[in-house]
Amino acid sequence: MRRLLLVILAALLWAAPCLAQDKVRHVSVTQIVEHPSLDAMRLGFLDRLKALGLKVEPSVHIAQGNMATNVQIASQVQGENPDLILAITTPSAQAVVQKIKDKPIVFTGVTDPLAAGLVKSLSAPGGNVTGMTDMSPMDRHVALIKECVPGIKRLGVLYNAGEPNSVVLVNLLKDECAKAGVALEEATAANSAAVYQAAKSLVGRVDAVYVPVDNTVVSALEGAIKVCEQNRLPFFSGDTDSVARGTVAALAVDYRKMGEQTADMAAAILKDGKKPGEMPVETIRDLALHVNKGAAARMGLTLPESVLKRADKIIP
Amino acid sequence: MTSYAFFGALEQGFAFGLMVLGVYLTFRVLDFPDLTVDGSLPLGAAVSAVAIDAGVHPALSLVLACGAGFLAGAVTGFLNTRLRILHLLASILTMIALYSVNLRIMGRPNLTLLGKPTLVDLFTTASGLPQYLSTPLLFGLVTAFAAVVLIWFLRTELGLALLATGDNPRMIRALGVNTGGTIILGLGLSNALTAMSGALVAQNQGGADVNMGVGTIVAGLASVILGETVFGRRSVARAVLAAILGSLLYRLAIALALGLKLGPFSVTPSDLNLITALLVVLALTAPRMKVKVFS
Repeated sequence: MRRLLLVILAALLWAAPCLAQDKVRHVSVTQIVEHPSLDAMRLGFLDRLKALGLKVEPSVHIAQGNMATNVQIASQVQGENPDLILAITTPSAQAVVQKIKDKPIVFTGVTDPLAAGLVKSLSAPGGNVTGMTDMSPMDRHVALIKECVPGIKRLGVLYNAGEPNSVVLVNLLKDECAKAGVALEEATAANSAAVYQAAKSLVGRVDAVYVPVDNTVVSALEGAIKVCEQNRLPFFSGDTDSVARGTVAALAVDYRKMGEQTADMAAAILKDGKKPGEMPVETIRDLALHVNKGAAARMGLTLPESVLKRADKIIP
Repeated sequence: MTSYAFFGALEQGFAFGLMVLGVYLTFRVLDFPDLTVDGSLPLGAAVSAVAIDAGVHPALSLVLACGAGFLAGAVTGFLNTRLRILHLLASILTMIALYSVNLRIMGRPNLTLLGKPTLVDLFTTASGLPQYLSTPLLFGLVTAFAAVVLIWFLRTELGLALLATGDNPRMIRALGVNTGGTIILGLGLSNALTAMSGALVAQNQGGADVNMGVGTIVAGLASVILGETVFGRRSVARAVLAAILGSLLYRLAIALALGLKLGPFSVTPSDLNLITALLVVLALTAPRMKVKVFS
């Protein structure tokens, strides 16, 4: 009898971890650099997983912008033997996808997962990978600029030609501007120190300036804002965080929400046992419109009522 | 540290070992601080990636990368020896020019190699080893081969002229050697090695990226000095081996820094560079401390 009890006890002990709902999941995070949008995605992701009732033990690695470290992080992650890997940005995702074939990888903050070679197709990624693209809806950005600056003839775009995501976005912007009958003037800055001068080069050539989600320009945004204020050029951005810093308006991805939506995908893999390769790449469900009335006034622009009415956030 | 992290560090150490050999050649042999490497590393990656994308065999793409790197180094050498531009500035000029050149070569900032045949994939299949073991082995073999060729070369008459150019340029000129020529050759070889390193790194990383060269010279110099401190440089062969060893130690230091448990109130991921620097400082001073303690 005692023996039987022992056997039952042993069986229970063995089965307990499987029965328990609050099993701890190891999630390894790899991120190329610290940056408000990328950090917001990571925090949104981890908080949402917790809110969904998953007990998560994250290990976060940030490569400090160094590609060699980025590859070493991929090895590090492999050694951690995680239940799931979150890869934030294109190079981080490329390194883990190259190295790790037997763990689910969810990427986020990748603009063009097809060109980056991460997935075979957006509808059926294949392999152990899926994720979210933060591709900006360029048609809606151009429409917003046209709505705010009626009769715009020439738009200036400020970006770093060395950033993969920006080049994709600017190519899209070219198509959309052509469709909208707006001429596009480009100014490129290879590093943050060159942003001010690049912005100045647009003065006199354009009626408004637009900056896509570009790490280089956004990191040195104040210089460009100064140029636009001095020359009464309305300045639009592709991200909402920049509106608080002084751009006129942005209709964009809320990176925290994007992280949360990515967490839903991760939960489907961790909880429901879905296969990443069969989950289509997702885009952000809802976009946020932020406007800055003060910045608009300083740049010689009165925002139309139609825009103000539907704004999610108005900065005075 | 897990075995994956350990072998990952070895793999990076060997892949960048070629670049460290290049930095040794300019910094120690020629006494020429060469920042071209920040541009020639992504140049090698770009050339190799474009070649593989176009269907060229990945091994052949390494040769093409070497050629491109040699040209880049030769440009720096030309600017310095023929146009009389200060060595540091000459190399910076080539480096910034290469940024645009690399964008032109790839036609975009990031060219993926995922799903394309690379040396890493081919060797992994051929050796039957898991990827985390096959990659350091492959890169170790390539680096060992390069080291042997370099040691052999530095013992030839031309190699000796190169060594003498750095040691005593006036004497070697008096002996009738054209030091301008040896400097251009040395820079070419150094950047050929660096470009090959970049090609290997790209094939391992899953793509070439225009920003992958940032900080190459820092890693190169740190590795050369680290190796010398730990291993010495009494002969050419010993200095070459020390350079590779330094590269391995540098990457192991990063692996250690990455493996530290990161909690909200202790160190955070943003401290990585600081911790790496501290570990390298520790490695640099430890041998001297040992001497002091035991003498």
